[in-house]
Amino acid sequence: MLPPPTVRVGPIRWLKENLFSTWYNTLLTFLALAFIYAVLKGVLAWALTQADWAVIPPNLKLLLVGFYPQGELWRIWIGLYLILGLVGLSAGIWGKLLRDAVVLIGSAVILLGLVLWLTNWGELLWLTGLAVTMFGGIGLGWLVRSKLGSPKSWKRSLMVLWLLAPVLVILLLTGAPGILTSVPTTQWGGLLLTYALAIVSIFLSFPLGVLLALGRRSALPVIRWFSIGYIEVIRGVPLITVLFMASLMLPLFLPSSWRVDHVIRAITAFTLFTAAYVAENVRGGLQAVPYGHIDAARALGLNPLLTTALIVLPQALRAVIPANVGQFISLFKDTSLVFIVPLLDFLGIALDVIKDPKWGGPASEMLLFVALMYWMFTYFMSHMSRRLEKALGVGER
Amino acid sequence: MSDPIIVAEDVHKWFGPFHALRGVSLSVSRGEVVVICGPSGSGKSTFIRTINRLEEHQRGRILVDGIELTNDLKNIEAIRREIGMVFQQFNLFPHLTVLQNITLAPIWVRKMRRSEAEKLAMELLERVGIPEQAHKYPGQLSGGQQQRVAIARALAMQPKIMLFDEPTSALDPEMIKEVLDVMGELAESGMTMIVITHEMGFAREVADRIAFFDEGRIVESAEPVEFFTQPKHERTKLFLSQILHH
Repeated sequence: MLPPPTVRVGPIRWLKENLFSTWYNTLLTFLALAFIYAVLKGVLAWALTQADWAVIPPNLKLLLVGFYPQGELWRIWIGLYLILGLVGLSAGIWGKLLRDAVVLIGSAVILLGLVLWLTNWGELLWLTGLAVTMFGGIGLGWLVRSKLGSPKSWKRSLMVLWLLAPVLVILLLTGAPGILTSVPTTQWGGLLLTYALAIVSIFLSFPLGVLLALGRRSALPVIRWFSIGYIEVIRGVPLITVLFMASLMLPLFLPSSWRVDHVIRAITAFTLFTAAYVAENVRGGLQAVPYGHIDAARALGLNPLLTTALIVLPQALRAVIPANVGQFISLFKDTSLVFIVPLLDFLGIALDVIKDPKWGGPASEMLLFVALMYWMFTYFMSHMSRRLEKALGVGER
Repeated sequence: MSDPIIVAEDVHKWFGPFHALRGVSLSVSRGEVVVICGPSGSGKSTFIRTINRLEEHQRGRILVDGIELTNDLKNIEAIRREIGMVFQQFNLFPHLTVLQNITLAPIWVRKMRRSEAEKLAMELLERVGIPEQAHKYPGQLSGGQQQRVAIARALAMQPKIMLFDEPTSALDPEMIKEVLDVMGELAESGMTMIVITHEMGFAREVADRIAFFDEGRIVESAEPVEFFTQPKHERTKLFLSQILHH
């Protein structure tokens, strides 16, 4: 057998083939370069000389965690340590997929460090510890993997830890009676609130959406009509209306002794809203599973529940990863609508800071910073979803 | 041969207003191999799909291994465990490896232990001649290999009856033989089989009986030699002349 020919493309060869292959390509290359130069020059000149970034460091705490009491900030740090330590450990043990996540989170941590470096030594110490925890996790995981061959028992206990982690973090942040003083959600805000709203809503709306999609295809008319009705009503209403209903009108319907937390009301609205869209995405995936696979499963004696769980859903959910991640990205950005509830999320606090005459003026710097933070998280989501698709797509080429 | 394992009596089936099966009666003995042939749209596929109730019949009676097919879910599941089925389009599960495809039903339906199911699966892959493909995904296999995996998957439930719905129609000519060989070997081992196929060579060599379908009925049913040399019905003669002398 002949080995395939080795093709080496050096940088010069690459340039020649891709940028200067014909006279008009050469022309386009130079035009594009001139354009990039013109734009970058303006932006960089503004960002480095004219822009006044002074508004951000003193307000950083406000932007990141809102009015969370200064003395209780360690609880947020410990929560972060827990999550990133787990990410690191999992990355070490499972490899590939999560290693990407670590690189991205690592860069975010470093970026934040650069901002903090200008301000606060105490927080910088916490941040360094965070990086150490995450990379320590990777090291430990890698050690386990190379020495013990990543045994099943480790993976299983890691899974359990992952399931426990959200509960622990929520307890840490809100407080547990008798152990930790309670921090009411009225004191939450900023990026912390944005993440809390988005992440909790994503994890609740996904299973709900899958159930609605299955319900819409159910043979039982009651379930089918309920699902169709729910999906169509919710999709026919703007998110801001749902949010408004959940926060202002829900208390009118409930007994006055029931005080539902504002954050929980907002999460309920986001979850109910997103679930309808997820349901339609998933339904598309369900329809893409060939009927022959279901026939084959039934012929093997699998009951409808097993057929759905083992044959239909795994294929359907993989097919709709891009659509669902798109939905979650838009949910993440839509959390900024909580200003009507009223809660002060990341964008809300940024806008409030700008309004303060003390900082009057540097609005574009603040908004750019906000945009950058939003972009980092959405890019993280879309990047990870592409990796996930690849990892799950084995053998389908 | 007596001791029927499948008895179908006057089976009718409608798809909307279309009368797909118009009184099919067929009795299959233990260990018998019945080949069904006939023009497309004649109800062959619909009929064998009623035997494991992938399609519901609306009149008549079907008994499999002494159990009558009714709406009773328990009965249907019990019968499906006894009947293996192989499809024209293979219908392997693309998100599972070959080994997982085969062990899925034994583990989840028969409640077999994983190690035991995997041992069984490897034996079956050995039997169909592709043990080295166990850890690949179906998409990485050729059509003939995929169909052999499908046969192994059906056999893993240790069925008493195997149904084949045009198992070689989607295959390249070169791969047809490897699948027919496996089926021939299976027939020799004493498996009760109903096979829809247009492979007349296979029918001649392996079948105990050939049933010819047209317009939702069995027009003619005979032993292979008689079927090919002295077809009685005009429709059968026409079909044979078209399929054998093209």
